[in-house]
Amino acid sequence: MSDMQQAATSFWNDTGKTGLTSWIFSTDHKRIGLLYFYTTIGFFLVGVVLGLLLRIELMAPGRTIMGPQTYNALFTVHGVVMIFLFIIPGIPGAFGNMVMPIQIGARDVSFPRLNLLSWWLYIIGAVIILTSLFSGGGAPDTGWTFYVPFSSRTGTNVSLAVFGVFIVGFSSILTGVNFVTTIHRLRAEGMTWFRLPLFTWSLYATAWVQILATPILAITLVLVMAERVLGTGLFDPTRGGDPVMYQHLFWIYSHPAVYIMILPAMGIVSDIIPVFSRKPIFGYKMIAFSSLAIAAAGSLVWGHHMFTSGMSDTAVVVFSFLTFIVAIPSAIKVFNWISTLYKGSISLEAPMLFALSFILLFSIGGLSGLILGAAATDVHVHDTHFVVGHFHYVMFGGTGFAIFAAMHYWLPKFYGRRYREKPAIIAWGLMFTGFNVLYFTMQVLGMRGMPRRYYDYLPEFGPLNLVATVGSWILAAGLILMLVNLFRGLFWGEPFVGNPWGGATLEWSVATPPPTENFEGEPVATHGPYDFSGVKK
Amino acid sequence: MNQLPLISTSDAINPLFLFIYGACLVLLLGITITMIYFVVRYHRSRAPEPTSQVDGNLMLEIIWIVLPSILVLAMFWYGWKEYLVLRTVPPNALSVTATAQMWSWNFSYSDGKTSNKLYVPVGRAVRVELVSKDVIHGFFLPAFRVKRDIVPGMSNYVWFVANKPGSYDVFCSQYCGTQHSAMITTVEALPEDQFATWLARKEAPGAAGKIDGKALAEEKGCLGCHSLDGTPGVGPSFKGIMGRSEVVVTKGTERTMTVDEAYLRRSITEPGADVVKGFQPIMPEFGDLKKEELDALVEFVTSVK
Repeated sequence: MSDMQQAATSFWNDTGKTGLTSWIFSTDHKRIGLLYFYTTIGFFLVGVVLGLLLRIELMAPGRTIMGPQTYNALFTVHGVVMIFLFIIPGIPGAFGNMVMPIQIGARDVSFPRLNLLSWWLYIIGAVIILTSLFSGGGAPDTGWTFYVPFSSRTGTNVSLAVFGVFIVGFSSILTGVNFVTTIHRLRAEGMTWFRLPLFTWSLYATAWVQILATPILAITLVLVMAERVLGTGLFDPTRGGDPVMYQHLFWIYSHPAVYIMILPAMGIVSDIIPVFSRKPIFGYKMIAFSSLAIAAAGSLVWGHHMFTSGMSDTAVVVFSFLTFIVAIPSAIKVFNWISTLYKGSISLEAPMLFALSFILLFSIGGLSGLILGAAATDVHVHDTHFVVGHFHYVMFGGTGFAIFAAMHYWLPKFYGRRYREKPAIIAWGLMFTGFNVLYFTMQVLGMRGMPRRYYDYLPEFGPLNLVATVGSWILAAGLILMLVNLFRGLFWGEPFVGNPWGGATLEWSVATPPPTENFEGEPVATHGPYDFSGVKK
Repeated sequence: MNQLPLISTSDAINPLFLFIYGACLVLLLGITITMIYFVVRYHRSRAPEPTSQVDGNLMLEIIWIVLPSILVLAMFWYGWKEYLVLRTVPPNALSVTATAQMWSWNFSYSDGKTSNKLYVPVGRAVRVELVSKDVIHGFFLPAFRVKRDIVPGMSNYVWFVANKPGSYDVFCSQYCGTQHSAMITTVEALPEDQFATWLARKEAPGAAGKIDGKALAEEKGCLGCHSLDGTPGVGPSFKGIMGRSEVVVTKGTERTMTVDEAYLRRSITEPGADVVKGFQPIMPEFGDLKKEELDALVEFVTSVK
């Protein structure tokens, strides 16, 4: 009976409309969140397939399955799809939309129609990017960094791809504006800033980076298009331009973008660990403020991508220093997460396993970042597979695993059904193993001197490349198992009712699945987000 | 007087790697072991209820802000100090100019000698001036922990010293297009006397004889894009090119023409003039070839049947 009532009022079926249009023109933050979730996961799978193809090509020296031009296009598309169409919109667009308004006790975001426009801009940009692969001079072969002068000379379809990224950028800016406004204006009574869940805090810090940094990417991309179409020569040394200026402009956005990707992931982990330890988060304010510190300091470190570019040694010393400064707030978070476990009551269910492995993988990624931050050691590993391994530890081991944690933690709440625990644990084990075999090996390869973006390599790098490729298969096997188990569970699994994990944030106090208006009446926040004393399971 | 051997760039940087890796290992083990201990010790099967609701400790926060700060500042300082070693060329270094273009290397010495491998004397510092003819490349010499981008219009340099004879790989480290991964060569470190002999040997033209067109085509990187066996590469294959009828694009309009010697010459010095349809107009110009070199190249290309 109660199940029936819940079903009748849930956001899944009370709009009065049915079919596709009730989704793609919905202004409900939960529906938009799910639209984002399915589209970003779709692009993630596209990126995964491209990545697996790249690894198969690198399995042995020489040609394995494709020629060099195809390889160059594939790693470019892999990067563009994963970064612009999966990781950047992934957490804010999907889980931010689904969860954040409920966490702060709001009925929706401040600008629901703008929210829908964000998703549409994302889709339009994505379609343009996809079109660029199959039209004109073919898929771009510049790498996702679009470095000039190569990107202004190549005959491939760079202009259209760059235009697509430009459009996707506006989607990101609008989401940022929406979230900042929502978190400032729509908090429920009693929801003070220090009662905000840390996931919401991290989205707040992220939103500011989205608003402030993304326009610079937009400007830079317009300049690349002007360079190609109008021949402005701004980056062309033969006409008095400067290619290194492009690199500055590009990284002024693209380094802060790394924090757009990782900050909300840290927020997810900060929300999950206390719940599965039944203990308040350790150092709440430190974690909240360190998000802001990372967002601020992280905006000033872009030059560490350019230590070998020929920029001045003065710039190198400044950017190296700032890079080490930004390591500190990240370390603070790790220590606080670990301390949260102390004297708790820890349950190793799937969301917790993914969250804990986030800490380990992010730590490896962060620590290898110290090698990259120190000017002298960076010179050796810059532009090698060490960097590829490093950023996959941070982006995939970090953000990716946090997204998997969020999928296992929050999706059952929105579907009212759950996955099976045991296959989820096996999938986690496979992914964790395969991940390390793949990316740790890459770091060793880079240390031994194998440059990145190499279609072919010297025979001495052969054995380790084979190991990495085998790792990619283990990882893929785990991923398939995880997704099959998760979606099977969400659609046909056991009912998920109430608050089985004992979360204390507001999203666990509403019906499962949540009703369209989220709350019956006006919610009042009476306790902090990690105060488990009054939680009924 | 016996001079002490120069401290090589790799000798300067390897201890820094050890220091940072050591510190990282300690931190990672600390984090992992503590996490695993807590997870086992406070697992719900052993600890059905939490035994503490502590939510912070100012002293701990201060400790784990201050200690890592000191550690990372030490890394920063050490990293900067050794970076200066990379930037400070010892006096009396041998100067060589490395010219990078898609997708080949050319090294020229002060007396005009050129080579597609970087020959250097053992024990003497070498300063490599980095020049790009087209896009950004990167000079990467992993054995000596040396790397620098080669940016068109910008004067960059690297230095290194090989204290032992041997052959060391040089990679292009900045992505530069289709054959980026094929843009590799070596540093050949020879004992001082052998290097002097090599440098003095004249392979240049003159009365001594003709230039070897095939060797020149290899040295200039032609064969990276133009195959000899008919396989289409980044550019058209040289096999049977003479007399072939091709559709070319001249200033945006297509026309059909027969490949003759004049066309071959123009295609080397002004490759953008008539581009064979279906290929990208990306070949660098070789306008600075000597007449004898151009003759030899055309003769070689014509001879590929």
